[in-house]
Amino acid sequence: MLTLTILLPLAGALLLALMPGLLEVAARRLAVAVAALPLVLLMAVGWGFDTKPGAPAFQQVAEFPWIPTLGVAWRVGVDGIALAVALMSALLFLAAVAWPAQTQGSARAYYAWFLFLEGVSLGVFLVLDLLLFYVFFDLSLVGMYFLIGRWGHGNAKAAATKFFVYTLAGSLAILLAIIALVLASSPMSFDMREMMARQPLAGMDVRSGLVLLGFVIGFAIKAPLFPFHTWLPPAHVDAPGPVSAILAGVLLKMGVYGLIRIPLSMMTDVFARYAFALAVIAVISILWGALVALGQTSFKRRIAYTSVNHMGYAVLGVAVAGALVGDEAAAARQLALTGAVVEMVAHGLITGALFLVTGAFWQRAKEYELGAFGGLASVAPRLAVATSLAAFASFGLPGLAGFVAEFHIFAGTFAVYPWLAAISLLGIVITAALFLQTLQRLFMGDLPKRWADFPDLGRVETATLGVLLALVVAIGVYPRWLLALIEGAAASVLRAS
Amino acid sequence: MPVGDVLPEIAVLVAAVLGVLLASFLAQRHQWMCAALALVGIAVATVLCALQLSQAPRLTFSGNWAIDAASIWARLIILAASGIAVLCTPAWLREDRRHGEYYSVLLLSALGAMVMAAASDTLQLVTGVLLSSITGYVMASYHRDWAVSVEAGMKYFLLGAFATSLLMVGVVLLYGLLGTSSYAAMASVASSVAHSPLLLLGLALVIVGIGFKLGAVPAHAWLPDVAQGAPAPAAAFLTVVPKIGAAIALVRLLSTFDDATGWRTLIEAMAIATMTLGNLAALWQKDLRRLLGWSSVAQSGYVLMAVAVDGLSRSAMPALLLFLAAYAAANLAAFAVVTQLRGRTALDDFAGLATVRPWAAAVLTLSLLSLAGIPPLGGFAGKLMLFVATLDAGYTVLAIAAVLNTVVSLFYYLRVLAPMYFLKPGGTVAQLGGSVRAAVAFSALAVTGIGLGAGVLLTRIGLATLLP
Repeated sequence: MLTLTILLPLAGALLLALMPGLLEVAARRLAVAVAALPLVLLMAVGWGFDTKPGAPAFQQVAEFPWIPTLGVAWRVGVDGIALAVALMSALLFLAAVAWPAQTQGSARAYYAWFLFLEGVSLGVFLVLDLLLFYVFFDLSLVGMYFLIGRWGHGNAKAAATKFFVYTLAGSLAILLAIIALVLASSPMSFDMREMMARQPLAGMDVRSGLVLLGFVIGFAIKAPLFPFHTWLPPAHVDAPGPVSAILAGVLLKMGVYGLIRIPLSMMTDVFARYAFALAVIAVISILWGALVALGQTSFKRRIAYTSVNHMGYAVLGVAVAGALVGDEAAAARQLALTGAVVEMVAHGLITGALFLVTGAFWQRAKEYELGAFGGLASVAPRLAVATSLAAFASFGLPGLAGFVAEFHIFAGTFAVYPWLAAISLLGIVITAALFLQTLQRLFMGDLPKRWADFPDLGRVETATLGVLLALVVAIGVYPRWLLALIEGAAASVLRAS
Repeated sequence: MPVGDVLPEIAVLVAAVLGVLLASFLAQRHQWMCAALALVGIAVATVLCALQLSQAPRLTFSGNWAIDAASIWARLIILAASGIAVLCTPAWLREDRRHGEYYSVLLLSALGAMVMAAASDTLQLVTGVLLSSITGYVMASYHRDWAVSVEAGMKYFLLGAFATSLLMVGVVLLYGLLGTSSYAAMASVASSVAHSPLLLLGLALVIVGIGFKLGAVPAHAWLPDVAQGAPAPAAAFLTVVPKIGAAIALVRLLSTFDDATGWRTLIEAMAIATMTLGNLAALWQKDLRRLLGWSSVAQSGYVLMAVAVDGLSRSAMPALLLFLAAYAAANLAAFAVVTQLRGRTALDDFAGLATVRPWAAAVLTLSLLSLAGIPPLGGFAGKLMLFVATLDAGYTVLAIAAVLNTVVSLFYYLRVLAPMYFLKPGGTVAQLGGSVRAAVAFSALAVTGIGLGAGVLLTRIGLATLLP
């Protein structure tokens, strides 16, 4: 089932690539239909997912040999963490594909690359093999490179190249770390479950520190954390709206997900030794992202920098979860890890929606500068409501998804690093200020004459944003179903230590 | 004489001789038949070579000639690469009056590379290097009326003459110190001889000489010139085939010396210098063929990674063979596309190629991404094995150098890719027909096949070991 989830979008991409003369409407319909399949399959997996105590951590496991001499195989399977993130990704992909995009006359290629990116991105979350993880991790860069470079605006080529080269450096650091981790125990195996059980680098000094450094640098570039975030603003600003939504909603998650799946689970002792440093970097990212976002005058740049801020919360949660081993403060650490995963889901939905909104702005106005807008609430009420709801969720208003995530993270952090929690609370204040100011500048005040006939959201746009924001509210009001999925997995990640 | 042991080589030689005879009385428009003959010769040799896989590894011809997994697989890669290079040629050389002879020169050059791969004796090695080089000079300057081609051949020749004489001085020094030219005998003597600086000097000279065929620093300078100036199908051959023979020759020779001679450090330094120089020089090239030439220098640096750790990690030999195969496929694919596009080489001319010639653009993309090491293509499988081998042997610095170089290399490969997809086409794109298409298709299949089928290949290669 999970294998199909990965392969169907890839097959759809191939089909689109090999059908010359397909009209834009047909290509679009085909792409939306194919993009819906993984979501349906994953919902079926979620329906049958066993969250009772004592259930196996990884379910729906399947395995086929690939490179037996190295112990590499096609291994797929999910726990609650992977499933939650994969479900969110599949939904966001469907929304991004369905979003009416300007395909500049090559609709077929646009949708083919989107489906390719969907297949490989879901692959990252669904595989249980370290090498396969790396393969999909790397391929997501290729898909993103072509989407930004071909359909971006402004200086898209340079932004795409910077993105590809910068993040490839990160992923190669991960590759070396993976190989070193695998070589540390014999027989060689790239099986994630095997590595979690073996904890190959426990108790080694310099070498294990270096391996951890490789993982942290690689995932920090992807997440991104300060000071490795500089590729993010150009990539986001020059990418088309739906691509930005995927970049923020799905690709950034790979960094945090990787931190949980590999260093936190496979080298628990080493992680605990350096967790405080990681937490400090996360707090710096929180504050840095919020402050720099406040200084931006472009709507899209602001949202791009808030991603740095939000991923900082998620990484803080992961660092707190791995700060100690065994039963010490186990409840608090589990809260923090659960919060980090909810943050990933919430940030994907909220920021995905916000970037789709910026796409709507670009299509209508070819403009991101806040100063160029004002008073839009009167002409585009639906746009105003959707943007406001997403913005409120983004700075953590209670009753919305962001609050659930950040509450968990802070509650966990107070038990382990109280000072860091206090400092990072400042981040929330700053983001609240910046989002309120953004909303005010966009939607209140006088309407400039040139926007007198600013079109409101269309039917498809309203429906897409509606679904994403409805989930944001649903998670905020009744988070139990999501927490039930994640808590079991979080407990088993921490118990394995 | 166990003539049966060199049947593959005899098949190549016979095809070359028949080719010269055939070319001498065929009309110019029929000379493509020489290409067909060469392909038959290569096919027969491939089958004969593959049959050796089932035989026990052994030394033959009084210890001159090694038939082990390394030599068999290397010769198979050489033959396959030569076959693809032949397929590229007929359309390109159709206007050349001496079209038919070209294939015989190519076959002899391939034979030289095969001799290098199997040589287990320094004199045999010199024979292989010379045969491969002299034919290479001819191929590089085959466009006799085009100054750039002649210049490329001339540079190749001058540097080659210098490097091969260094090789011979080195061989003589080794012979003088160890009293033998056979690797097996050298291995038993070398440990008892005091480690004189002269021994290291002799070894270093031999390494530089073989490094010339490999395109490794310091004798790398011919590669970009040949890649740019030689006829495109000849460039495809010369940037690939001699390297395969040279890499195996180097490993085979060095495996007879113990680490105390210091050769590992030498090769490690050479590897880092080669990959760094190649990548930095490739960064700002405006000519695709020249860029591929420098990238090919960089790839030699990666090849040397496996040489440096051979014997320390069980993965070293499979890594070397897999990487060579993947490199050969990707480089041939790139040059096959250049040939198909009638030698189109200025980077600016590739703008919008994806719109005008989607298949050619797709194959070039695959080949460049494979050279950069993006999964799941062949180049990734090769590099993965190289990283496994170097980290396994504890050569972390080498692995990190290769990673940094890979990041740099992606930048210039993207400089080729980006305009193909992100810019508007500038006009019509002429292309060659005929067997070039087959070359493009086969090499593209190989690029993806080596990556996806890495598991099967590695199982077949197994733990390929060297005979002494």
